[in-house]
Amino acid sequence: MKVSAIITLKKDVLDPQGKVIHQTLDGMGFKDINEVRQGKYFEIDVKENDPKKAQKIVEDMCNKLLANLVIENYKIIEIQ
Amino acid sequence: MKSAVITFPGSNCDRDMHVALNKFGFKNQMVWHNDNELPKSDLVVLPGGFSYGDYLRCGSMASKSKIMQSVINFAKSGGLVMGICNGFQILVESGLVPGVLLRNKYLEFICKNVFVKIDSKDNPYFKNLDKEVFELHIAHNEGNYFCTNDQLKEIQDNNQVAIYYCNDNGKTEEKFNPNGSLNNIAGIFNKEKNVLGMMPHPERMIDESLSGEDGSIFFKNLLNNIK
Repeated sequence: MKVSAIITLKKDVLDPQGKVIHQTLDGMGFKDINEVRQGKYFEIDVKENDPKKAQKIVEDMCNKLLANLVIENYKIIEIQ
Repeated sequence: MKSAVITFPGSNCDRDMHVALNKFGFKNQMVWHNDNELPKSDLVVLPGGFSYGDYLRCGSMASKSKIMQSVINFAKSGGLVMGICNGFQILVESGLVPGVLLRNKYLEFICKNVFVKIDSKDNPYFKNLDKEVFELHIAHNEGNYFCTNDQLKEIQDNNQVAIYYCNDNGKTEEKFNPNGSLNNIAGIFNKEKNVLGMMPHPERMIDESLSGEDGSIFFKNLLNNIK
């Protein structure tokens, strides 16, 4: 199964890259932005046909490596 | 006294650290990241560099290397483990010291000499030093120390801050903070103070004709403390 996960910075963590992207977009004329936060997206093809088990495996990966839970949250967004 | 420097793929300060340790009397051995066992050592050093190309998060891949289980066991049994720069990032990712190192506040790679102030000498690294302010070199993109409020409280309650960024007089104001790190923190200990992670490179300050000798003072004192 293909499992998609996104990893985002927690609310209180400063995101300097998001800030610069915000400023650049603003300079390009996109004036309606409140805030930009940058994150990561993973697509993991696991050798497991049961969606629940596949989700568990990727959650385990997120907890142990893909996300640093001091500063990041993760969310499984799609299993197919 | 025996030391071991771990070389990860992408480490680039490992040889400098090897030279520094040998210069001040350690018998150093280089250890490959894919080895299982540490040689008998009084000190283990995780050097600076760009292990695994800084992929995912700096230090995250290296923290899962084969040798790290041995390093973690060594640290948990009270052994001295020091992580410099990328080594500090590996220490936080392996959970040996609390917090994380984020991208520098102004998104620039910083490469310059800075002053740092030693907070407490009640540890094997700094005890017996007769000065508090050191001039050391930093070279990093992710040195912006961050931790949760709960972690910060614990760090402060246990006097775990090792060094702060400051000026040449030891003033620790925000304007002397090069990378936006929380409370000007440049290095921290674990709770037991046998594990030290810091962004500055003492191994780059061991020769007067290069950039200075504050690193020499640190290494000489460290050897005497371990003896």
